[in-house]
Amino acid sequence: MNLGPHADFIVAAYAVTLFVVAALIAWVLLDYSAQRRILGDLEERGVTRRSQRKG
Amino acid sequence: MAGMFGWALMSVAALGTLVWRHPLADVSGKAAAPIGAAFTFICLVTGSLWGRPTWGTYWVWDARLTSMLVLLLLYLGVLALYWTAEEPGRGARAAAILSLVGAVNLPIIKFSVDWWNTLHQPASVFRTGGSTIDPSLLTPLLIMALAFTLLFVTLHLAIMRNEILRRRVRSMRLMQAQEVHA
Repeated sequence: MNLGPHADFIVAAYAVTLFVVAALIAWVLLDYSAQRRILGDLEERGVTRRSQRKG
Repeated sequence: MAGMFGWALMSVAALGTLVWRHPLADVSGKAAAPIGAAFTFICLVTGSLWGRPTWGTYWVWDARLTSMLVLLLLYLGVLALYWTAEEPGRGARAAAILSLVGAVNLPIIKFSVDWWNTLHQPASVFRTGGSTIDPSLLTPLLIMALAFTLLFVTLHLAIMRNEILRRRVRSMRLMQAQEVHA
């Protein structure tokens, strides 16, 4: 594909956008798994929220 | 455009935090900040890359470019308030106030090219009398604008979910600490 005389600018713009969006998505996914893991650890140790307590 | 959409969303969320005191409003505002900052950063960098071959320079301190840079700095300010506040509620209120004050910048960004003589071209997409952009460019531009808005909404919902989980973790740790001290 011939991008013409401005190929460098076009490729650089796509690369920056791809990198930033990919980093954002990766951060969201990693943060989600980290929070789930911490919650799992707390529940395993018997820590519950007030709303989950019986009686 | 998604960067401005993000700040508008944060401003509505700020009203929810300060006026209606809805707990999800703060979650929404906090979740929108990193996405808005990232999208504004993309806008500034790709805009500069586009400016070099068309205007002959990467950067000029004209009203549109400068007001977009101010938007990025405002985003970083809101993120700093959220991340450095010792008490989350105080950070949320400060961020909400900054969100409302910063909303003044949105019409400045939009109308800067009409109010001042800038290197940036005047309004060419949303203007009275119709767009001045050729349909071969306008159609993909609008499709990508819609796509990035949907990406923003998707990421926003995902980060809101993470933030709710983070707050659940925090409340469970606080309860655990209270039980230890009891």
